[in-house]
Amino acid sequence: MLVYLIRRLFNVVATLLVVSVVTFGIFFAVPKITGSDPALMYAGRETNETALAGIRVKMGFDKPISEQYLLFVKGIVAGRDYNTGVDSTHCPAPCFGYSFKTETPVWDLMLDRIPVTLSLAVGAAVIWVIAGVATGVVSALKRRTAIDRTVMVGALAGVSLPIFFTGMVAPAVLVYGLGWLDVSNYRPLTEDPGAWLNSMILPWVTLAFLFAATYARITRATMLEVLGEDYIRTARAKGLTERVVIRKHALRSTLTPLVTMFGLDFGGLLGGAVLTETTFSFQGLGTAAVAAISAGDLPVIMGITLLAALFVVMANLIVDMLYAVIDPRVRLT
Amino acid sequence: MTDTPSFVPEPAAAPGTEAFLSVRDLKVHFPTDDGLVKSVDGLSFDLERGRTLGIVGESGSGKSVTSLAIMGLHRTGNARSRPQISGQVLLDGEDLVRADADDVRKLRGRKMAMVFQDPLSAMHPYYTVGHQIVEAYRNHHPDADKKKARTRAIEMLDRVGIPEPAKRVDAYPHEFSGGMRQRAMIAMALVNNPELLIADEPTTALDVTVQAQILDLIRDLQKEFGSAVIMITHDLGVVAEMADDILVMYGGRCVERGSAEKVFYEPRHPYTWGLLGSMPRIDRDQTDRLIPVKGSPPSLINIPSGCAFHPRCPYADVPKGGITRTQRPELALVDAAEGADRHWSACHMSQEERTRIWTEEIAPKL
Repeated sequence: MLVYLIRRLFNVVATLLVVSVVTFGIFFAVPKITGSDPALMYAGRETNETALAGIRVKMGFDKPISEQYLLFVKGIVAGRDYNTGVDSTHCPAPCFGYSFKTETPVWDLMLDRIPVTLSLAVGAAVIWVIAGVATGVVSALKRRTAIDRTVMVGALAGVSLPIFFTGMVAPAVLVYGLGWLDVSNYRPLTEDPGAWLNSMILPWVTLAFLFAATYARITRATMLEVLGEDYIRTARAKGLTERVVIRKHALRSTLTPLVTMFGLDFGGLLGGAVLTETTFSFQGLGTAAVAAISAGDLPVIMGITLLAALFVVMANLIVDMLYAVIDPRVRLT
Repeated sequence: MTDTPSFVPEPAAAPGTEAFLSVRDLKVHFPTDDGLVKSVDGLSFDLERGRTLGIVGESGSGKSVTSLAIMGLHRTGNARSRPQISGQVLLDGEDLVRADADDVRKLRGRKMAMVFQDPLSAMHPYYTVGHQIVEAYRNHHPDADKKKARTRAIEMLDRVGIPEPAKRVDAYPHEFSGGMRQRAMIAMALVNNPELLIADEPTTALDVTVQAQILDLIRDLQKEFGSAVIMITHDLGVVAEMADDILVMYGGRCVERGSAEKVFYEPRHPYTWGLLGSMPRIDRDQTDRLIPVKGSPPSLINIPSGCAFHPRCPYADVPKGGITRTQRPELALVDAAEGADRHWSACHMSQEERTRIWTEEIAPKL
């Protein structure tokens, strides 16, 4: 188990290194090929050759790409000094460089944005897992009844409707139509939990609707498959009540594919829920990435890409560990 | 029809006189989009405690559906896929067809238990063997604490011949061999001392060398607990070894029923002859080829008119007037004078004809 974990962590590091090489390659090599100049992007329009030369030296753009990459990795692991010979700036680890636009450290920017995305992802995940699995189970147990059909039509809608549509309809109905909620901007949990909750409910519901729909469909399909298994018949032959048969015997087997899906979905969401954040004007990682891309803010793009990759890889690792907990036939070797 | 006065209607079970398990005119019909699947279409038999009934037949003859209907398992699961069921299943005088579903559930696993074909898929892969036995025990002994139930599980595992039961109780089904798994399955079925044990092809999924051990085990346990056993199989060898009585099913109905001795040595139905002819035997000349039953099992939606076996029966034209195609033969006593050792079969041929065909044409070739 421990050996397995250590080996998997090596894999995580290796994967992240590959991701970093690729992103570094794209974002720093491409300007070289296309003839655009990162120093110019950093400096903005009003500049002169002396200033650009200074930027090149300070940011290390004058060095070979391989050396720049090593400096980049070293910055993340151990911190980095930006040195022009005249003045020196220390960027403590993990240093992803400075934003071209705001000249703030990328790490600080990400730290600023993570709580928003995390709040969104965690809250929505709780809602969609509970709602999705519950409706999926009910739907499977009431197969081919009106309940089942209604739920599945709802799920189809959930899968088909884009966030920017439900994200508009949900406030229209819940806020302006029924008056159950009010609209507010994101407030940090640490500042005011009530306001935080109030600001999160609509985005949670919108985002959760999309995922819950998929989870309901998968749960229903898996549940129906499991209910046809021999061991369910055995459980019934033992004289167990239908409730025990479903909860203890059927549901546990249904969990396995859901855990896989959840790991990937949740890991992906932590890298930023772009559409939801945009629709509700949240300053999360997703909107930060979009802004960075349109502004050509290369260090921010790289930082967020790496962070998102880390989340996905870690989520996968946790899923694999959970497999072994759920299914005793899975050996971690 | 027959020239012997052999048609004696089977007695309806009178209260207080019926056997331990008495099945009367059991019908299990599944409504499907293609039509009504008549998996079991009028089946009757009796079974006493301490006796073993072997139910034999091809795939789709209704053997397994019969067992599920006795257990009441057709009433579980999705309401839309449940079959229509009629007739009587009297267990100790209680009609399980009409009883409340939850009352039948309480009997399952306690008064009647079941062992399934493939023990690997029939045990939950995520729970230990011990856990699954404990669950079966505590379900019917709500007062028993975990420790007592665990002791009971270890005791049962020991009884069915699992080595190191105290250790193996915590193993998962996939950590057992096929034979051990089936032993554990039997331990689980017998943990509440059921009076009726239904074994549905209990050895089919097992290695040949293990089959005999499992059959021995079931027989020993039956002696010990005095339970009634229904052994469902398509393997006549298994039945020959285990059963006191044999019931041959074809197309959802019983075509021949009687003591094992009668059915094996004096069978009076062409389908039973066919089964015997297709069974490999160690005492037979190795150069003889097995004689398969021609054709394939009948459709249970459109069961052939008349005798369901007539399209495959080599003797379908022996009775005059095409009666085999128009009229369904009823189960009739082969010899009314036999009394206790009763032997029933459903065939339009006269007793004399069948006796002659068996002794002159069939038996010498077997």
